[in-house]
Amino acid sequence: MDTASLIFYLLAALLVIASLLVVFLRNVVHCAMALVSALLLIAVLFVTLQAPMVGVLQVMVYAGAIMVLFLFVIMLLNPAALERQRGLWWGFGAMLALMLAGVLVPLVMTNDLPADPVAATELFGSPEMLAKSLFSDFVLPFEIASVLLLVAIIGAVVLAKREN
Amino acid sequence: MIALHYYLILSAVVFAIGVVGVLIRRNLIVILMSIELMLNAVNLTFIAFSRYLGSTDGQVAVFFVMAVAAAEAVIGLAIIISVYRHRQSLDPQEMQLLKW
Repeated sequence: MDTASLIFYLLAALLVIASLLVVFLRNVVHCAMALVSALLLIAVLFVTLQAPMVGVLQVMVYAGAIMVLFLFVIMLLNPAALERQRGLWWGFGAMLALMLAGVLVPLVMTNDLPADPVAATELFGSPEMLAKSLFSDFVLPFEIASVLLLVAIIGAVVLAKREN
Repeated sequence: MIALHYYLILSAVVFAIGVVGVLIRRNLIVILMSIELMLNAVNLTFIAFSRYLGSTDGQVAVFFVMAVAAAEAVIGLAIIISVYRHRQSLDPQEMQLLKW
């Protein structure tokens, strides 16, 4: 086994463990920490897939900003009481998820997918290439995204404002 | 080199784990975290396809997914704060005002 596959298997195993911890840990802060590690592992996977710019964005936006927001809300609300568990629901959810995985995985296996990546140029995944694509083909979605973020800011302020 | 299948299977598994979280957890914050996990599983397929098909479009799509996910997290958490102020609870089972 070569180094690339070894790294992939290691990252995949850690990612699955971290995701399971997000779902099955009972303390919310521990869940948030598990989610941070899962997001960082995905960022490493991005870098191994020749997407360094997106990997950096992942660390900054997801593992940085969004997770700080989550932790801030957890601290603000202090949900100290651990949630009660329901045996029936756990079995039901696990069964549905197994069915979903059982549909998705064979679907992936039957499709005719490329086994080897296209030979990438030096620039592939660099900020230059991403920006060129973003500001030529995707200018309109880019502008709409800025409007969306503005709406989100205003909405958050209005929703979280104390009423009196 | 690893075949594309492996990345897709990995992200299918992570997505399914996120679905479990949304279905069985009874804490709104953890449900929102599971949704973030599912979005990231999809991002992984975008990046894998972008690499194996040699196109930057997948990476641009991930860029937009991140922007939407940030907006979603902000609005979702604001709603959670607002709900907590009214009901003093984060349990979705107790939010049944519209239920007959």
